[in-house]
Amino acid sequence: METGKTKVISVLVENKPGVLHTISNLFRRRNFNIESITVGPTEQADIARMTITVNEDEKTIDQIVKQVAKQIDVLRVGELEEGNFVMRELSLIKVKVESSKERSDIINFAEVFRGRIIDVSTDSLIIEITGTPDKIDAFLNLMKNFGIIELARTGITALSRGVKSIRIDG
Amino acid sequence: MNMTQMSGAEALLESLERQKVDTVFGILGGAILPVYDALCGNKKIRHILARHEQCAAHAAEGYARASGKAGVCMATSGPGATNLVTGIANAYMDSSPIIALTGQVPSSGANTSYMIGKDAFQEADIIGIVTAVTKYSYQPRSIPEIPSIVNNAFYIATTGRPGPVLIDLPKNIQSEIADVEFTNKISLRGYKLSTEPNQTRISEAANLLAKAERPIILAGGGVITAGASDELIQMSDLLMAPVATTFMGKGSFPENHPLSLGSIGMHGNPAANKLIGESDVLLAVGTRFSDRATANLDSFAPNAKKIHIEIDNAEINKNIEIDIPIVADAKKALKMLLIATSKKLQKAEGTMWNKMVKEAKEQLSPLLKERPKDVIPKNLLITLRKLLPASAIITTEVGQNQMWSALYFKALQPRTFISSGGLGTMGFGFPAAIGAKVACPERQVVDIAGDGSFIMTEQELACSVAENIPVTVIVLNNSVLGMVAQWQRTLYKRRYMAVNLGKTPDFVKLAEAYGAQGLRINSIEEFEKAIKTATTGNITTVIDVPISSENDVVPFVPPGCGLPQQRGDY
Repeated sequence: METGKTKVISVLVENKPGVLHTISNLFRRRNFNIESITVGPTEQADIARMTITVNEDEKTIDQIVKQVAKQIDVLRVGELEEGNFVMRELSLIKVKVESSKERSDIINFAEVFRGRIIDVSTDSLIIEITGTPDKIDAFLNLMKNFGIIELARTGITALSRGVKSIRIDG
Repeated sequence: MNMTQMSGAEALLESLERQKVDTVFGILGGAILPVYDALCGNKKIRHILARHEQCAAHAAEGYARASGKAGVCMATSGPGATNLVTGIANAYMDSSPIIALTGQVPSSGANTSYMIGKDAFQEADIIGIVTAVTKYSYQPRSIPEIPSIVNNAFYIATTGRPGPVLIDLPKNIQSEIADVEFTNKISLRGYKLSTEPNQTRISEAANLLAKAERPIILAGGGVITAGASDELIQMSDLLMAPVATTFMGKGSFPENHPLSLGSIGMHGNPAANKLIGESDVLLAVGTRFSDRATANLDSFAPNAKKIHIEIDNAEINKNIEIDIPIVADAKKALKMLLIATSKKLQKAEGTMWNKMVKEAKEQLSPLLKERPKDVIPKNLLITLRKLLPASAIITTEVGQNQMWSALYFKALQPRTFISSGGLGTMGFGFPAAIGAKVACPERQVVDIAGDGSFIMTEQELACSVAENIPVTVIVLNNSVLGMVAQWQRTLYKRRYMAVNLGKTPDFVKLAEAYGAQGLRINSIEEFEKAIKTATTGNITTVIDVPISSENDVVPFVPPGCGLPQQRGDY
């Protein structure tokens, strides 16, 4: 993932079946590449927020925003302004443990990255880590030395900082 | 509140009647039977039994494009629904308002083995299939929501940039009874319509147009949708600007007007293709700048500042970089622009530009120069124009027949030239002609066909005869899939593959087999006589016109080339 050029688009949609299909189908059909997409309900139960990260040039982003905005189940859409939003991703990493030295090394690394150990077995650990994709990438690089058994990443979710918001009344 | 107890099927029909639907084109089947049962004895809605669901959808589009109202088609679940898909996709590409109603297996019920998601008999995920080619789709899961779904569907289909909307009706929802309340309310908080022009943009555009030395107007299908032809003519007269149309815009500007250039494009009118490249200001209205219209983008009006009036914001800067975008209804925007420009403009006549336009039209326009008696498409279509009233509706198939029609048949009024532009669906013209005739029974409707296209939907002769919908089909019969043969001839070194149709059917006998009238002509005089017979009689007529298989459509802008690089001796 080239995080340097990654743009984040925040979309408020009707929280009902079929909307995710409509949006992902639109990306596929228009040949826009999705890096990640996350969906979840908002402070209003009938509205969901989709956070879509894409790696495209300005002209394409302009088209994406317009094409997404055109969808009838889309209530608001906007590109989050560079440097003016916070983004986080959560990752669960199951790492191989072959000795107690390795175990304590992994726990130390996890602490440095503010990760948490959420499962322990005789020959593995599961670490939960939250942060920007860069931070997670860096942690994964360290964990590769021990051997990653399984990995799950949620993709990015994000919000604008301060008063600037993508809201249906704003 | 007025609650009425009724079945879902009855609620659907009542909702359609409230939308003033008078015709439904369809074919029935198991999963849509309750709706057909409710239609039995209905006096307000005429059902026209198509012979293939694709044609029901095309007929609904022909109806819509001739009348400006939404056309309605209906099919059963599974194959009935999937057969509609080409027709729905066609309507989507050409922004035509149609409503597609499909039966679906039950969403719930006692018989649990026959339900949505269980791969029941004749189950197809039609909403999943048509997502990319509909403006929206609905699947009611309760009866009381049917009236508002139908209201919303018609509103979505007919407003903004029109398009198809599908309503998928589970069988149990059609047959079960509930209390239903009818309303005219539209509840669509996510549906954004931008119809009002921005005043600042209008002023900027007026300034640009007032100063233009070589202005040109490009009119697309949006002008027809918005009913903005009068404003377009006024704008052209005010600016003394020539008007080129896109293929979809054909009919938006009368092609016998002195400032009409005909259509631009791959097979556009040479004068239009030439002049658009020399303009300094381009006013484009209601167009999406399709590749067939613009050809190579780098050489498309390279020196022109571009103003784009368009109701769909996503079309702004999609294909062409725009200097002044005006996202609005074309009629409203042109009205405001007329007022704003007339205040700033000293009407200039006899400019160099006017002279250039006149010269280009004289040199490059199709005239009946030589051998006017030869049975060739140019002569046939120019003759046809002379014989038909301005209000007659032309539909076309797809291929050479279509491009010849665009070049040589002058459309004089909006909604009189109906053809498959975006999707290029062979077989569209004949069922569309049936739909147009149903919408406008008092007008003459003529499908200009090729033998290859006509064979794709020729079975609708059965429909037009049985339902007494008399239309005329002119089959330009060259026994070859002419347009691809032309490409193989010019771009593939005459390596003909799979284009020869061999011994094509006897179209006269074919027509007669269906109970229609069949005529064959071998001279322009016979053609004139046949057209008179066909358009004065009250029976569907197929006119077989044998022509040479070596005719090319010229000019031709080869793929990748720009509009000025048009080839061919016109």
